[in-house]
Amino acid sequence: MLKRTALFSAHQKLGAKLIDFGGWEMPVQYTSITDEHLAVRNAAGIFDISHMGEVTVSGAGAEEFLNHTLTNDLRKLASGEGQYTLMCNERGGVIDDLYAYKLSEAVYFLIINASRVEPDVAWLKSQWEKFPRRTELNLTDASHNYSAVAAQGPRVKEFINDVIPGVSISAMRVAQVTDLKKNQIGGFKFENHSVLVSRTGYTGEDGFEIVGGDEAIRHVWNKILEIGALFGIKPCGLGARDTLRTEVCYPLYGHELDEETTPIEAGVGFFVALDKGEFNGRAVLAEQKANGVKKKLIAFKMTDKSAPPRPHYPICANGASVGEVVSGTQSPSLNIGIGMGYVPLEFAKPDTKIEIEIRGKRFAAVVVQKPIYRR
Amino acid sequence: MSNIPSDLKYAKSHEWIRVSGDTATVGISDHAQSELTDVVFVELPEAGRKVKAGEACAVVESVKTASDIYSPVSGEIVALNQPVTDNPALVNTEPYAGGWFFKIKLSNPAELNALLSPEDYKKQIGG
Repeated sequence: MLKRTALFSAHQKLGAKLIDFGGWEMPVQYTSITDEHLAVRNAAGIFDISHMGEVTVSGAGAEEFLNHTLTNDLRKLASGEGQYTLMCNERGGVIDDLYAYKLSEAVYFLIINASRVEPDVAWLKSQWEKFPRRTELNLTDASHNYSAVAAQGPRVKEFINDVIPGVSISAMRVAQVTDLKKNQIGGFKFENHSVLVSRTGYTGEDGFEIVGGDEAIRHVWNKILEIGALFGIKPCGLGARDTLRTEVCYPLYGHELDEETTPIEAGVGFFVALDKGEFNGRAVLAEQKANGVKKKLIAFKMTDKSAPPRPHYPICANGASVGEVVSGTQSPSLNIGIGMGYVPLEFAKPDTKIEIEIRGKRFAAVVVQKPIYRR
Repeated sequence: MSNIPSDLKYAKSHEWIRVSGDTATVGISDHAQSELTDVVFVELPEAGRKVKAGEACAVVESVKTASDIYSPVSGEIVALNQPVTDNPALVNTEPYAGGWFFKIKLSNPAELNALLSPEDYKKQIGG
């Protein structure tokens, strides 16, 4: 039996096509992936992200624990700020990529991938058992308590203050939601509920993510669609979420990232703070950063007219298969086939000519600088 | 509500076929195009290829997935709709007109009897 979010009946009413995503019955599209994608690039879109997991970590030992468990430097966060970070095993392989927020002194909030809640929580618990100051730490999988939506697109800032009016009452203190800067998070009163609002997203556009209880998020969803209607908002499914993040080369767990791939290979070394002291995977990551990697994540564009590249299609160079596509699609913004994949370092330079094998035939493509799409 | 023209025959796999003499035109139904949405690429068979009924011989790709198109009947591919490869959105906008895929010269016209009538196809898609 697939799990359903608090917004399931809202999706049904909107005529969504539903798919199994990490054990959740989620909307893949409502009308058309292309239309939903372009709504987010040009105006506004709203996504149900209630399937994502939430973990709270608090107590005097929380910062030290998380800084040992995650790759980015948590000490850089002031209260009300968040950062993209990764959780690695001892081999430097990625257990998950996530957002870590500091809500207040010694209180942290992690937003993790839906498909990774169980392995993440198991890993965090195993790390907690080894942590000397474990008595100074509370670690809770709060995924069941929260629903969430992402409102994304250049016009969201024109109406989000009308959806959630008023000042923040916790985390980052601001006079109104749009005073939050990128990666900041604030707690707001919404009707008679409390919600967390962060200026984050995974589409490459400006936008906000709102996390709260089921009832609060159902009301937020309806209110955003109602008030956002004047600004061209569309409900958007996972199909558009995937094309949007692929255009801007954001990794998706299970595609670009897995336990056998390091953040350095995946091109997210920027979020690995080697200078912060010891943390899980540091030895391998430091070695890779110093001496280089053997395989690297590339972004590419098709230069031949072809079917869209798809995951697992071979990447060829000099007539031989050298790697595999991990994400691929037709880009609704650029109207060409685009994708990402892993190749040996010698083929990873931008402008390198490669070929993508599609149903037995090879089509020309070129390695490009990330992101593939830029506003 | 999906459009199911009454002068066509249909395959369970959602292709339609329009017979004219010993030749038939093949495309996909309005229901199929609306399930696929956003058709971005069409790959047609080679002209002259001989196919069997039920054989995969074309591919239609939406943003999300690739789907095989099966020939509803056996025969030889005698004409291709080049405009649909240049403008795949025709599959969405005109599934029964400009969105056709290929014409096939029937080698066994009796196979037509095994295809679905518009009424039966309508039942199949729950219309």
